[in-house]
Amino acid sequence: MRQAVIETHALSKRYDQVLAVNNLNMSVQQGEIFGLLGPNGSGKTTTILMLLGLTEPSSGQVSVLGLDPARQPLSVKARVGYMPDQVGFYDDLTAAENLMYTARLNGIARKEAQKRIAETLQLLGLQHVMHRPVKTFSRGMRQRLGVADVLIKKPEMIIMDEPTQGLDPEGAHEFLNIIRQLKDEGITILLASHLLHQVQAVCDRVGLFYQGTMGLSGTVEELAREYMQHGYRIDLEVKGEPQRIQQALQQVQGVAQVTILDKNRYQVRAQGDLRAETARAAIMSGGKLLSLNVEAPSLDDIYVRYFQEVEHDRSQQAA
Amino acid sequence: MTVASKPLEKPRPREGSPWTGLWAVLFKEMADLLTSSRMRILEVLIVLTAVGASYAAMSQIKQSIGHDPFLFLKLFTISKPPIPSFVEFLSILVPLIAISLSFDAINGEFNRRTLSRILSQPIYRDALLFGKFLAALFTLTLVLTVIWLLIIGIGLIGLGVAPGGETMARLLLFLVATIFYGGVWLTLAMVFSITFRQPSAAAMASLAAWLFFLIFWNILAGLLANVIRPVRLGLPQEVLAQAQWQIALARFSPTFLYGEILAALLNPAVRQVGLGLLLPLLPQGAIPGTALPLGQSLLLIWPQFTGLIAATILLFALGYVLFQRQEIRA
Repeated sequence: MRQAVIETHALSKRYDQVLAVNNLNMSVQQGEIFGLLGPNGSGKTTTILMLLGLTEPSSGQVSVLGLDPARQPLSVKARVGYMPDQVGFYDDLTAAENLMYTARLNGIARKEAQKRIAETLQLLGLQHVMHRPVKTFSRGMRQRLGVADVLIKKPEMIIMDEPTQGLDPEGAHEFLNIIRQLKDEGITILLASHLLHQVQAVCDRVGLFYQGTMGLSGTVEELAREYMQHGYRIDLEVKGEPQRIQQALQQVQGVAQVTILDKNRYQVRAQGDLRAETARAAIMSGGKLLSLNVEAPSLDDIYVRYFQEVEHDRSQQAA
Repeated sequence: MTVASKPLEKPRPREGSPWTGLWAVLFKEMADLLTSSRMRILEVLIVLTAVGASYAAMSQIKQSIGHDPFLFLKLFTISKPPIPSFVEFLSILVPLIAISLSFDAINGEFNRRTLSRILSQPIYRDALLFGKFLAALFTLTLVLTVIWLLIIGIGLIGLGVAPGGETMARLLLFLVATIFYGGVWLTLAMVFSITFRQPSAAAMASLAAWLFFLIFWNILAGLLANVIRPVRLGLPQEVLAQAQWQIALARFSPTFLYGEILAALLNPAVRQVGLGLLLPLLPQGAIPGTALPLGQSLLLIWPQFTGLIAATILLFALGYVLFQRQEIRA
């Protein structure tokens, strides 16, 4: 069992009248990429600020790397890197100068800092622009500089708030690769976002945020099984006798529904990825399997379904 | 008793020193301030002021004064209309320099979206605010010392007289007073930079406060004193009481305090500040026109001097509390 590096227990934060985070329990394991999902204003950023000790919780407990961020903020902030939403830099300073300031704030000696700056900028492909002022940087370059800035302190964990927002598809793709690289180096990553495709692409586990609480958490597959019954769609193209084939497919364990689309084409709704089982059934019934395709439920589907249900429950309660 | 009383858990103090990272912030901020374009503008202003004011003063001194043990001090105080004297220049220039150094200290970080990134480094907010304050104060000190040295240099060349020890002591104290007079405006602008999200709003508020104290507060002090202690019968006591009230109220203005300090420091013949400036009273037995020793002049304005320093510290404390309580999310 891996160690939990972030744990919150009944964590709440109240701003005047608004309950930004409400009784939150969550845990993140060492070395994983955890995605915090939720609409804007659902309490993701507030949670992150409490994890870093930048805002004090109204009630409840937080533990980050075994430390209490409200009481030991310096130790927490020395070991956890934070990349805020729309990360900003001193525009008139160069990339290297900006990173040097961060290094100095972390108490890293100048010589060591210079070495680390050169290394991280190399890693992120910014070495050729390191002496250019940041005001000349594109959005994608700034975002990569943000990662470099976080890496200067050699963190054990990185928290990123909406890191891919505003990036073009290619930039976002590149960025996700960087995140994977960081994971390979053993860094735990907490990623807050509302861009579901991207989260699904990199995260090991996700948590769905809604009005300050985490309604669901787990791997995308777990969520799919729980929330999207028969969420898998398998398309088969089989040459043979339709009735027999349909019947055979129907009898496969876990299949809910089989529809004949047109000549030789069948669509199966199932609980999981039953490609092998359906293929065998189709062949055993004497058909010739021409093609086979599966479509797993996406995080989008789960997300939409989840919020529909929450809203539905609420309106019922209200009624 | 069998129940073991649980020891009261002491709230653990925050770890580490609040000054961690102070030097890093200080050096970076000073480097920023000294290379900024506003510094270029200030440098031009400084040279113009120093040259203009000392030239005017020198031509006046050469005409009118023959022998004066405090000739050098005249360099700072004598004006040749329409060119104001150097201290008149300063009382306007210093607040402007101070405000320009710090009106965007905190909200600038907000707007560049660097605040949360900087505060997520292992430092406390204390270090950021204090580092910024010290950087601005050191820069101000640097600027003012340069002007001060320029004037003295021009004086040495132009007048051909070396200032005596007491003159230099008076000038040095004058420099310190000027720095803290700037410190008041510096911290005021910094407080506004915490409360207002827009740097332009903070700048406007600081300038408004400055104009208020420069122009309106003296008028208001007179009106208020008239309300509190009206002169009904025209008795001297009544006039005196009203004047005392007026002075007391006027002393809430840093500009007024600074004026009193300058009067006593740069003009050794001044034997009384405040009331003495309004009503030409002389202590019994004093010979008009003779100079006071430095110690006595200093004694005269000691409350004003400490008042300016106290105002700087108080305003900084206010800013500190506001900044600690501020939510850093954009």
